[in-house]
Amino acid sequence: MNSLIPLLVAAPLAGAALLLLGGPALDRFGHWLATALAALSFGFGLALFSDMLGRGAEHRAVGQHLFSWIPVNGFQADVSFRLDQLSMTFVLLITGVGTLIHLYSVGYMAHDERRRRFFAYLNLFLAAMLLLVVADNYLLLYVGWEGVGLASYLLIGFWQHKPSAATAAKKAFIVNRVGDMGLSIAIMLMFVEFGSFAFDPVFGGASRASEGRLTAIGLMLLLAACGKSAQVPLQSWLGDAMEGPTPVSALIHAATMVTAGVYLITRSAAIFNLAPDAQTAVVVVGAVTLLFGAIVGCAKDDIKKALAGSTMSQIGYMILVAGLGPIGYAFAIMHLVTHGFFKAGLFLGAGSVMHGMNDEVSMRHYGGLRKYMPVTFVTFGLGYLAIIGFPGLSGFFSKDKIIEAAFAKGGTEGWILGLCALVGTTVTAFYMTRVMLLTFFGEKRWQPDAEGNAPHPHESPKTMTIPMILLAIGSVFAGGLFALNDSFLTWLEPVTGHAEGNSPLAPLTVTLLTTACMLAGVGLSYVMYGRSAVPVVPPVGSPLTRAARRDLLQDEFNHAALVRPGSALTATLVYFDSRGLDGFVNGLAATIGGVSSRLRRVQNGFVRSYALSMFGGTLLLVATTLLMRSF
Amino acid sequence: MNPVNYLYLSALLFTIGASGVLIRRNAIVLFMCVELMLNASNLALVTFSRLHGTLDGQIIAFFTMVVAAAEVVVGLAIIVSIFRTRHSASVDDSNLMKL
Repeated sequence: MNSLIPLLVAAPLAGAALLLLGGPALDRFGHWLATALAALSFGFGLALFSDMLGRGAEHRAVGQHLFSWIPVNGFQADVSFRLDQLSMTFVLLITGVGTLIHLYSVGYMAHDERRRRFFAYLNLFLAAMLLLVVADNYLLLYVGWEGVGLASYLLIGFWQHKPSAATAAKKAFIVNRVGDMGLSIAIMLMFVEFGSFAFDPVFGGASRASEGRLTAIGLMLLLAACGKSAQVPLQSWLGDAMEGPTPVSALIHAATMVTAGVYLITRSAAIFNLAPDAQTAVVVVGAVTLLFGAIVGCAKDDIKKALAGSTMSQIGYMILVAGLGPIGYAFAIMHLVTHGFFKAGLFLGAGSVMHGMNDEVSMRHYGGLRKYMPVTFVTFGLGYLAIIGFPGLSGFFSKDKIIEAAFAKGGTEGWILGLCALVGTTVTAFYMTRVMLLTFFGEKRWQPDAEGNAPHPHESPKTMTIPMILLAIGSVFAGGLFALNDSFLTWLEPVTGHAEGNSPLAPLTVTLLTTACMLAGVGLSYVMYGRSAVPVVPPVGSPLTRAARRDLLQDEFNHAALVRPGSALTATLVYFDSRGLDGFVNGLAATIGGVSSRLRRVQNGFVRSYALSMFGGTLLLVATTLLMRSF
Repeated sequence: MNPVNYLYLSALLFTIGASGVLIRRNAIVLFMCVELMLNASNLALVTFSRLHGTLDGQIIAFFTMVVAAAEVVVGLAIIVSIFRTRHSASVDDSNLMKL
């Protein structure tokens, strides 16, 4: 049974290779092949899952050694896999949601002439992400990590004829490189400290390592997580990544990519548990990002960018709770899974709306779509209720647990984090209600597109609606299923461990507070966008709104703090190089050239002058000899 | 007669030859001046041989004569062929070998 583990990765990888190398012969059915291989991988995942459930909780983690990658004395890099409850959760999420997104893309990308290539990249994305979560050592994880970066680059820039898409892809890639550097430094530190980067020796040796070293490793891992999961300060690529086709956004935000950071932190629990300073940094990053993303989400008129802000914020919740240690790991993963369902559903719904509205993305040009797209409306609506944490739906259970855990951190910190999370809930409810009202309610504000065609909204084809329906079902029931008897917690506990915090508030109080905050956000949004007409042209807005529309000036900040000093440094180095080094070398050459051109005048072609120099030389030699003799 | 006088004569001849090489332009005259210098040194060598009572100087003088004879053969041939092509025996006219 364990031999199925490599096949999890191999199936989509083979799909990517086939589709890329197969050429136009595969154009007709390549998309179905890719979808089938993703589904096959999901099938393997299910088989392994049922096998895993058949064993006792302590015997569920299995490994599979495939081959020795770099066997050198003192340096052992293996291609070996580990499938435990944590990896299993991710495998099912990635392949399950991934397959649905493949299916959706069949309809969404039906008219794109480069569809085969698109599906090849989707498969590559799944393969890289699966490799990342089933790897048994950090080096193999790094391979998957880089593969995810590559696939995201290819997919964000899929419509490369648009300069904005090409730039966005490059931005995502470069920002991710910063994080990747963190991961590679962390791996090197691990090798220095533990002599290995396989999970077992690292986690086993963590208790013997110095806290300073563990903090360094933890901070580098956090940097890596910030890059992939779009956390402050490496968040700037996420909004621009919306330039890719909508299924890509769904894939990046729900099943792959941004979840990698949460996985990395949860997987490295053994390190973070012993490095409280690194944990504090994780918590701070999470809390800042959750508010940052939420504020950005409030001001965006582009439906996908509003959802992108929301992703950033929700991942912020997960990072925050993962930073709390054993109190929170399981809840981070639980929210990750429920978020995977409703965020994928929301993005697919957004794609469906755009599909019906001539690729219009501004919500100010939507309005009143609920009658025209009933299936999209209902599925999007369920995703909406799930993300704001409406009682009974997925998001309610997972977010409630997170807020509880934040309070359970204890002391002043606990209060600050809990209040941050509660404010986040209000803002989440506010902007998601705004998205809902602007898109599906109110009067029609439809605008003709660039060619002057008025939009004719219509429901999307079956290949698109079926994944949306399935994801909506997940958004409704997954949370309840996980929360029932704490089943998810029990499932993950052998891997992540669990500790009960001592919350200053009773669980029921937290639940009521969360619900009240959520209702406040919904109400505020309804007052602002539901009761009065929404202007087609966005109003000027307050300074905060204007800043939030520009992603809270993140690009301006990056430009001022990084790009400009970087350019100045480069200019200085170029100046030093061209004036200093080149100047010295060129000066030396010029001096020698000048001296030579003067010396060559001696060669004047007159025999008698040569004779004179010979006599002069001889005279000099004779005189010297005599002079030396006389001493 | 004091043999040192021969050395004075030799030095005088050498100086005349050297000055001729430096001052005159005609290749034949130059050539004769070079011969004069060679023979001045021959005279000095023979005088040293006499002063020291050994034969070394005389033997070297013979070598010099042989070299001078060979040199005359090659040098005159060059001068004649240059005169044929350029219709001039002035060494200053043959100044193409320069940068």
